[in-house]
Amino acid sequence: MLLIYCPYCEEDRSELEFRHGGDAHIVRPTNMADISDEEFEEFFFLRDNPKGVIYERWRHIHGCGRFFNAARDTVSDRFLASYKTGEPKPALSGASPASAQLAEPPAQIDETTEGTAK
Amino acid sequence: MRKYSIFAVAREAMRGHKGWEAQWTSPEPRKEYDVIIVGGGGHGLGAAYYLAKEHGITNVAVIEKGWLGGGNTGRNTTIIRSNYLYDESMNIYEHSLKLWEGLSQDLNYNVMYSPRGVMMLSHNINDKQSFQRHIHANRLHGIDNEWLTPEQAKAYCPPLDIAATARYPINGATLQRRGGTARHDAVAWGYARAASDRGVHVIQNCEVKGIRRGPDGSVSGVETTKGFIGAKKIAVSASGHNSVIMAMADVRMPLHSTPLQALVSEPMKPIFPCVVMSNSVHAYISQSDKGELVIGAGTDQYNSYSQNGGLQIVTHTLDAICELFPMFRRVKMMRQWGGITDNTPDRSAIQGVTPVKNLFVNCGWGTGGFKATPGSAHLLAHLIAKGEPHRLAAGLTLDRFRTGRLIDEAAAAAVAH
Ligand SMILES: Cc1cc2nc3c(=O)[nH]c(=O)nc-3n(C[C@H](O)[C@H](O)[C@H](O)COP(=O)(O)OP(=O)(O)OC[C@H]3O[C@@H](n4cnc5c(N)ncnc54)[C@H](O)[C@@H]3O)c2cc1C
Ligand SMILES: [Zn+2]
Repeated sequence: MLLIYCPYCEEDRSELEFRHGGDAHIVRPTNMADISDEEFEEFFFLRDNPKGVIYERWRHIHGCGRFFNAARDTVSDRFLASYKTGEPKPALSGASPASAQLAEPPAQIDETTEGTAK
Repeated sequence: MRKYSIFAVAREAMRGHKGWEAQWTSPEPRKEYDVIIVGGGGHGLGAAYYLAKEHGITNVAVIEKGWLGGGNTGRNTTIIRSNYLYDESMNIYEHSLKLWEGLSQDLNYNVMYSPRGVMMLSHNINDKQSFQRHIHANRLHGIDNEWLTPEQAKAYCPPLDIAATARYPINGATLQRRGGTARHDAVAWGYARAASDRGVHVIQNCEVKGIRRGPDGSVSGVETTKGFIGAKKIAVSASGHNSVIMAMADVRMPLHSTPLQALVSEPMKPIFPCVVMSNSVHAYISQSDKGELVIGAGTDQYNSYSQNGGLQIVTHTLDAICELFPMFRRVKMMRQWGGITDNTPDRSAIQGVTPVKNLFVNCGWGTGGFKATPGSAHLLAHLIAKGEPHRLAAGLTLDRFRTGRLIDEAAAAAVAH
């Protein structure tokens, strides 16, 4: 079972309190009716499914109830960072402990870094 | 290849078992093959066997990064059934079930297919309606599946608790009598032996690291830990690692990989006659010929390649098993393990062509592809040989995630495998 750091509650809590929310940094198109089938497939179905670092969403469903993002190594399942929704992908120090914070605190919320899907 | 038979056993018994030959050869890779199959699980080995047997294509290599059966072929709980809901699923799973029935004879290898019956428990009115819909759909398709009352279910599987006061009361069950189990390792070994006998190269301990492509974009071979090996066609069938290998050819897949766990108990005398599944409370269980209870747990909620899983997933299924079969409460569990399953958004498999010329994919079998092994392998061989899907696999194309023709078996099966 994973031990997950909620950046809002600022605590490590057991996985039982969380619900996985799929890949992070995927922007829902605002012009959904206009995009092509290829673009919809890309946005909705296709995923990197990396063996290595994944950026993913979690929801602290039995805690504060909020969504946040995390970076995790899918081979060791070790968390590399937990950060608030809207913050950019953190620079990873790699050797951080399970409940690691960001290598550096995010400067500001930057919507433009949130994924590439249109 | 020397045939296995009662006479072979008698002969070897007389001379100290010194005459058994290696089941398959371990050749050095050639410079080039007509077909390379990435992944030496049941699907990949089986496809190589059918390529040789039915399409006369023998210049084939199966490349496996570990040992045969070290993937999900050797990690699964071996439930075999074909009573799925949608035509696309019924087509391939029933094709597979028919092949299971003659597989030991065909391969001259005892895969121990045991049609002991797969029972699915219904706990509420929604289960009952959904299961009866399955039964009707199956019968229209010529697939056996029948409804049992709780008493009939108890008669078929005596350890089952059908008391009205049970924690998870039962209002009936479905039974597919031709469903059952098989010996998983034997499936990999049997296909490897029969394929090797027909000239297929089975190359173990060789990891595919890259896919090389020619000027026209079509595949030309694979980079491996044993160097470059040329190929006119490549089929990827690597279960949990399919996304990783397809990425080597720049193809993004609609897959996510998650651990799925199983566990076995201490061996006991025969006590459990069939396979029982409960979708609603997530439990599935059977007893192996060695006497162990074989229990399947669920998937973890997150992507992972760790071949392990959370303990809470295991305890969740054991909670259900102890309620359904109170007599198992004091049984000790001996071993637990995980395998990495590749799951599609609609929980149906993908078998077909890809955007890359001469690159084929067989993936998304996820938590339920052992039962499909012979059928999937048979149709995959057709796909590779002809360059287009067989009629029975025609719905399983990769482009359904663009066209929207999904096969929503997720809602239909609701449980792993
Ligand atoms: C715990 C568990 C229980 C299950 N229970 C059932 C069940 O009851 N019924 C059912 O029908 N299904 C079940 N399944 C699902 C079933 O096991 C799979 O769908 C099926 O085995 C996939 O078959 P395969 O032969 O393609 O995969 P595998 O046997 O996993 O073969 C893929 C092979 O590819 C190899 N590979 C990966 N990467 C590379 C590389 N880069 N280079 C070379 N080789 C590579 C792997 O080492 C592996 O051996 C279960 C799975 C698990 C994990
Ligand atoms: Zn929280």
